[in-house]
Amino acid sequence: MLKIENLHAELEEDSEVKILKGLSLTIKPGEVHAIMGPNGSGKSTLSYVLSGRDGYAVTEGSATLEGVDLLEMEPEERAAAGLFLAFQYPVEIPGVGNMTFLRTAVNAQRKARGEEELSAGEFLKVIRAKAKELQIDADMLKRPVNVGFSGGEKKRNEILQMAMLEPKMCILDETDSGLDVDAMKLVSDGVNALRDAGRSFLVITHYQRLLNHIKPDVVHIMSEGRIIKTGGPELALEVEENGYADLMAEAQA
Amino acid sequence: MMPRAKLKAQKVEAANALLEGRALPQGGAWITRARSAAEKRVRELGLPTKRDEYWRYTDPRRLTAADVEPGALHDTQGEPPAFDAFDRVKLVFVDGVFDADASDPMALEGVEICQLSQAAMTDLHWARDLYGSLEARGQSPVERPLASLNTAYATQGVLIRITGKPEKPISLIYHRESETSDAMVHHVIRVESGAEATILENGPFATRFNQVMEVDIADGGTLHHIRAQGRDHERVGCAHFFARLGAGSHLKSFTLTANGALIRNDSVIWLDGAAGSAHVAGATVGDGAFHHDDTVFITHGAPRCESRQVFKKVLRRSAVGVFQGKILVNQVAQLTDGYQISQSLLLDEDAQFLAKPELEIYADDVKCSHGSTSGEIDSNQLFYLRARGVPEDTAKTLLVLAFLAEALDEIAEPAYAEDLRARLEAWFERRG
Repeated sequence: MLKIENLHAELEEDSEVKILKGLSLTIKPGEVHAIMGPNGSGKSTLSYVLSGRDGYAVTEGSATLEGVDLLEMEPEERAAAGLFLAFQYPVEIPGVGNMTFLRTAVNAQRKARGEEELSAGEFLKVIRAKAKELQIDADMLKRPVNVGFSGGEKKRNEILQMAMLEPKMCILDETDSGLDVDAMKLVSDGVNALRDAGRSFLVITHYQRLLNHIKPDVVHIMSEGRIIKTGGPELALEVEENGYADLMAEAQA
Repeated sequence: MMPRAKLKAQKVEAANALLEGRALPQGGAWITRARSAAEKRVRELGLPTKRDEYWRYTDPRRLTAADVEPGALHDTQGEPPAFDAFDRVKLVFVDGVFDADASDPMALEGVEICQLSQAAMTDLHWARDLYGSLEARGQSPVERPLASLNTAYATQGVLIRITGKPEKPISLIYHRESETSDAMVHHVIRVESGAEATILENGPFATRFNQVMEVDIADGGTLHHIRAQGRDHERVGCAHFFARLGAGSHLKSFTLTANGALIRNDSVIWLDGAAGSAHVAGATVGDGAFHHDDTVFITHGAPRCESRQVFKKVLRRSAVGVFQGKILVNQVAQLTDGYQISQSLLLDEDAQFLAKPELEIYADDVKCSHGSTSGEIDSNQLFYLRARGVPEDTAKTLLVLAFLAEALDEIAEPAYAEDLRARLEAWFERRG
C-alpha cells in the first residue's frame, strides 16, 4: 500500500535543518502500523511530507501509494488517490459550514476519480448515519468547520471526515493528544470500524495508551528522522515501561 | 502646502466653471426652492479635490469632470441579474432615466410611490420637507458637494412613502445601455411610524453616475436596504446614502460592489431617537483597475442606540479598496453600542487596502470598538481543504466566500444573502 524508501527531507527555507534522514517503511494492505518516538524525532514532518504540505523539501528517496509516486502530486491529488491525514491540530475555518466543507471534499474526490458526485439528499443520508456513530450531533455539522469545537469534538470531526472520504491509507497524527479517556475510546472505535483488508493505517503517537484501543500489527520507533527499531505490539509496551532513552542508546551503539 | 484659502478659492472656481450656463430643471415651488438652495451649496462648498480630508485616498476628478469618459459595456454572458428570482415591484431606470414600460405599476399595499419628475411639477408634495434636507444636513462636519450637485440637478428618481408593511420588496433596477451615459438620480424614502419595508437596488447604473438616497425613518420604523452595484468595469460613480432614524427604529443597509473603475459610496446616518439601530455593511470584490471607496459616518445623537459597520473587501492585481468609517457619539448618547470592522483579503501583492477608522466620543458611558485588518489567504486553512481533496481554486473560493460571510450575514433575510453569495461563488469559479 504505502512504501517509503530512504526518505530525506529538510526545511524549505533552511536547508541546514534536516528532519527526515533516510526513513524507510512499508505498509501492506489492511495493516496497522504505529510510529512512536520522542518529540522532535520527525513524526509530524513525515505526515506533512506525505500529505504534501508546503515548507518541506524532499532531497532524496521516494514515497509511493499503490506504486504511484506521492511526492509528485498536489495535496488534493494525493487525497483523491486515497491518502488521508487526520491532523494533530485540526484547522478552524470560520465562515465555511462543516457540512458544505465535507460535501465539497467528498464530491471533489469523486470527480477526480471519475465517479458520479453525490446529490445533496444522498450525502445527507450517509453523513447522518456516520455522524451518529461518532456521536456528532446535527449542530456540529451545521457549525463552521472546527470553530468553537472542543479538542475531542475536533478529533471526532477528523474521524468523521475519514469515514466519509473512505481513504485507502490513513495517517493519524497524534490523534490521542488532548483527548480524555471517553473521547479516546469514541475516536478509537471510529477508527476500528474503518479497519478492513483494503485499508491501511499509520498511527503516529507519543504514548502507548492509544495502541490499547487501536491495536497495531507493527510498531516502529522513530528517532532523529529515521526508524531505529521495528517490532510487534510488545515494542510499544517496552517504550511505555522504559522510555525511549534505552532504545536510542541501543541505536547509537 | 497650498494655503487653505487659495485651495478653497480653486474649489469654488471649479464649481462655478462646472455650473456655468447650466440652468436648474423646471419644477414647482417646493422643489425649486430645494434645488436653488442646493446649487448655492455647491457654489459655496466648491468641488471636492484630492486635498480634501475625505478624498485623500480617492481622486474625485473623474466624478467632477465636465465630460464623461466613454466606457465599454460589460458582457453579462447570460448571467441573470441580482434578485431575479424574487417577487418584487420593479422600477427600472435605463442609464439613469425612468423606464415606465419596463417597470411594474407603482401599486403596492402599504406604499405610495411616485416619480420625482412628476412630483417635481406639483406645488405641494409630502417629500417637500425631505428632498435635499438630509443632504443639506450631511454637509457638516464633512462636506459632500457632489450630493448637493445631485439635489440641484437630478430630475430622475422615485419618492417612496412606506405606510404599512408591504408584502413585496421595492426593487430599483439600473440598466446601463450607453457607453457615455451620465446619470443623476435622487430618491427619497420616508418610512412612517411602525412601517417596515425592503428596498432592493441592483445594476450598473450608467457610465458615470451620481446617486443620492435620502431616507427618513420615523419612530419604530424599519428599513432593509440591499444593493448590488452591478459588474460593469468601465464606469465611475458615487452614491450618497443619507438616513435619519427616529426612536426605536431600525436600518440595515448592505452593499455588494463588484468591479467598477471608481465607485465611492458615502453613508451618512443619524441616530436621532433613543434605542434605534443602524447596521451598514459592504462586501467588495475588486480585480485589476478597480478603485472602491466606502466612507461611512454614523452619528449617535440619542441614548441606547446600536450601530454596526462591517466592511469586507477582496482585492487582487492592482485593485484598491478604501474604507473611511467614523462613529461620532454625542454627549447625550449614553449607553451607545458602536462596532466597526473593516477587513481586506489581498489575493496578491499588487492589491491595496487603505483604512481610516475613527471614533469620536463625548459621552462617558458607551461601548465602542473598531478594528481593521489586512491579510492574505490563510495557508493552514488552504492546506487543510486541499488535504481533504478540494482543488486549490475551489478551496480559495470557499475561503474568500467565508471571508465575505460576516458582511453578507448583515442582511436580515437569508434568501437575499444567499442570492448574492451564489453569484459571488459563480464569479469566482468562472474567473479562477
